[in-house]
Amino acid sequence: MSAPYAKLPAWADYGLIPLINVTVAFIVAGLVVLLIGENPFRAAVILVDGALGRGQAIAYTLYYATSFIFTGLAVAVAFHCSLFNIGGEGQAYVGGLGVGLVCLAFDSVLPWWLTFPLAIIGAAAFGAAWAFIPAYLQARRGSHIVITTIMFNFIAASLMVYLLVNVLKPAASQAPQTRTFLEGGRLPKLNFLLDAVGLSVRSSPFNLSFLLALLAAFLVWVLIWRTRLGYEIRMRGHSPKAARYAGVSETRIIIITMLISGALAGMMALNPVMGDQNRLQIDFVTGAGFVGIAVALMGRSHPAGIVPASILFGILYQGGAELAFEMPGISRDMIVIIQGLVILFAGALENLFRPSLQALFAGIRPAPVGIEAKQGERV
Amino acid sequence: MGNAAIELIGIDKSFGSGHANRNISLKIPAGTIHGIIGENGAGKSTLMSILYGFYQADRGRVCVRGEKAKIETPSDAIALGIGMVHQHFMLVHNFTVLENIILGVEGHSLLGSSISKARSELQRLERDYGLEVDPDAVVEDLPVGLQQRVEILKALYRGAEILILDEPTGVLTPAEADHLFRILRQLKEEGKTIVLITHKLREIMAVTDNVSVMRQGALVATLKTGETTVEELAELMVGRRVLLRVEKGPSAPGEVLLSVTNLSVKDSRGVTMVDDISFDLRAGEIVGIAGVAGNGQSELLETITGIRKAVSGTVTLDGRPIDLTGAADPSELRARGLAHVPEDRHHMGLVLPFDESENSILGYHRQPKYAKGLFLDMDAIRDDAVEKIGKYDIRPPDPRLRTANFSGGNQQKIVLAREMEQDPKVLIVGQPTRGVDVGAIEFIHKRLIEMRDRGKAVLLVSVELDEIRSLSDRILVMCGGRIVGERDATATEGELGLLMAGVDEKEAAE
Repeated sequence: MSAPYAKLPAWADYGLIPLINVTVAFIVAGLVVLLIGENPFRAAVILVDGALGRGQAIAYTLYYATSFIFTGLAVAVAFHCSLFNIGGEGQAYVGGLGVGLVCLAFDSVLPWWLTFPLAIIGAAAFGAAWAFIPAYLQARRGSHIVITTIMFNFIAASLMVYLLVNVLKPAASQAPQTRTFLEGGRLPKLNFLLDAVGLSVRSSPFNLSFLLALLAAFLVWVLIWRTRLGYEIRMRGHSPKAARYAGVSETRIIIITMLISGALAGMMALNPVMGDQNRLQIDFVTGAGFVGIAVALMGRSHPAGIVPASILFGILYQGGAELAFEMPGISRDMIVIIQGLVILFAGALENLFRPSLQALFAGIRPAPVGIEAKQGERV
Repeated sequence: MGNAAIELIGIDKSFGSGHANRNISLKIPAGTIHGIIGENGAGKSTLMSILYGFYQADRGRVCVRGEKAKIETPSDAIALGIGMVHQHFMLVHNFTVLENIILGVEGHSLLGSSISKARSELQRLERDYGLEVDPDAVVEDLPVGLQQRVEILKALYRGAEILILDEPTGVLTPAEADHLFRILRQLKEEGKTIVLITHKLREIMAVTDNVSVMRQGALVATLKTGETTVEELAELMVGRRVLLRVEKGPSAPGEVLLSVTNLSVKDSRGVTMVDDISFDLRAGEIVGIAGVAGNGQSELLETITGIRKAVSGTVTLDGRPIDLTGAADPSELRARGLAHVPEDRHHMGLVLPFDESENSILGYHRQPKYAKGLFLDMDAIRDDAVEKIGKYDIRPPDPRLRTANFSGGNQQKIVLAREMEQDPKVLIVGQPTRGVDVGAIEFIHKRLIEMRDRGKAVLLVSVELDEIRSLSDRILVMCGGRIVGERDATATEGELGLLMAGVDEKEAAE
């Protein structure tokens, strides 16, 4: 039997469908804005201008996007193995501990460019370690990874509060945070990149980890589509039975995938901890782990989709903050609603527009197939 | 013959670029059994789906009992007295027979009255058509033959006058199939019209009055069954002459390459699926394992190939034992010369969303020739795939096409090419031609004989008795997890059928 619909060309699959989904999400969000008595067009202008209008705004947008690229990649790698790692939040939080410990230990003795690789290792190792326990429970005991990873988010939060309040806080301080890192624990800013293209940036948290995020995106692409490990990850993701048949150990591949996923989530901590706040403080992840799920869904688990999706969410975060400031009727919660709508349309309702689009494409390009069969004579 | 129960006029249906039905006109006289045959993808199922309201035709009309009918949903079809028995049963497993039958036509939110009404109606149907089945049995406890009967009863309960059966015998033993045919004849005598979709030529000859042949979406002929032959139908289906019998010389068995001794296997629920099985497989022979699906053949294959753990017993491959505790890595066994064409092509033998070239290395992807260090050598993989595509005539010849977009026969060729081209010593093959069209079956059978003639040992598991009989040099029959008999290739179908049904060996000999 033939497939009921024509296959979409790749550009439509990866470009047009997400675009339609996002547009619909915005239209529905606009209706919500209308409902609370504000002008949705003015809100849209403020949001876009607040995120992209000035060099300063762009720098903030990219700063947020950096975090989302890491967490989005983390979710995507797990998706390829058919694992839903919902614990990016906790893995990033614990990854921050790795960054913090490295910076506290070496910031007075090493320059930043030597601390940085150590901090990357620290972030990745701590994030991976936090993902290891749910991975092991899934692989060996069959405990569902969605349940365990979300529980580990809460455990991570409690653990970090305990450590910050009781262990890492300087003796005289009232705030639950570590001391501020010295020069050796601070990443250089990338504001000069924006300055170079004529956008003036006074000060922003946009830092070197953005380039690391882009490199990570490229390496994830190589891993998934060009290495034997990635081939085995995708094999297990699409068909566990085929993986077993091919001699791929399910236990091994689940654990390895989750370690990589956790490491990527952990590396998100480099951006706020080492790149901006220069200290480890409570709740620095601020939901980036969950945004990563939306980013991975919208980017269709492909790095080339995750980077633009991350930037879109960066725009929402930065523009949303401006919007809440400019239009008092709209609180930050509005942004959460828009995010929710994007997740709804890009993820849960991903196939809402696909059938009609496929039918449309099928209508545009009817291709003849096969030979003409002769009609039987003896009917 | 009376009036036409169904008349299709100029039915045309396209899916995207695929033309599934081209201008089909067909008259099915009332009170007859009408066969529709064709290869996979010939458009049989699409045509029936249009008739049953799953799809809408792009052009053309459907007339039921001489009146133009508008069939937009299956409920429209049911209202017109059209019933369908699907290839994959649409039953709720943990419901009783009665509950399944009233599902969707309960009539009242309290079930009591409809159940008792259904019970008496069921008794009438039983009486009229010889369709006995315990109305209070839970469906999952029934053998497949009876489950199918429940499907037929479901359709009749809804007042079906026209019954469409889609590949009804795929899951039945020969005896069960015969019983089904008796029921169909009885239904015909009661004035029902039956449309039988199948790719098995023998069934067409056995039970139908008329037969329509489809090829590549077109209706190529409608013939009276009594006036045609199997050979003519096969030729019409494929569009060229087909060798229905496999030509092969005598076998020359050599040394034992695979030896199974006292093997027992349990499934995840702890039920014994393979029970103390022993046999040898020699170089240069094909040993066929016959049996109704679900009698332990799948578990036997998966254990020998290292996918499933054994409870006890030993298996030796080329003189060296296979670790049966589950530590046996299928890729290690591959390296030792054991190739495996699995029964479940869609979930085990292939990863359907993968490119063709990616599937052509599945399981062999760790071999140095496909890798550059940790990376896959994409050029080598593609060249390798292109070579296999040429050698096995895989169509379309595109290594970058998603495997899901190949037809069943070509998908199977992808698996066979991968497994055979590694030049294994032992080839384990499960259901090599399930869902594969006639042309590809001929090709696959030839390749299996070639393997044998090159001195390889082939273990063949199939639920198609014809296939077992025409390919095997020796036939083992499995029933209830045990080997209940061994025969040579001259065994008759009836003899094997009795063994498959679990009739005692001595009784079978009588």
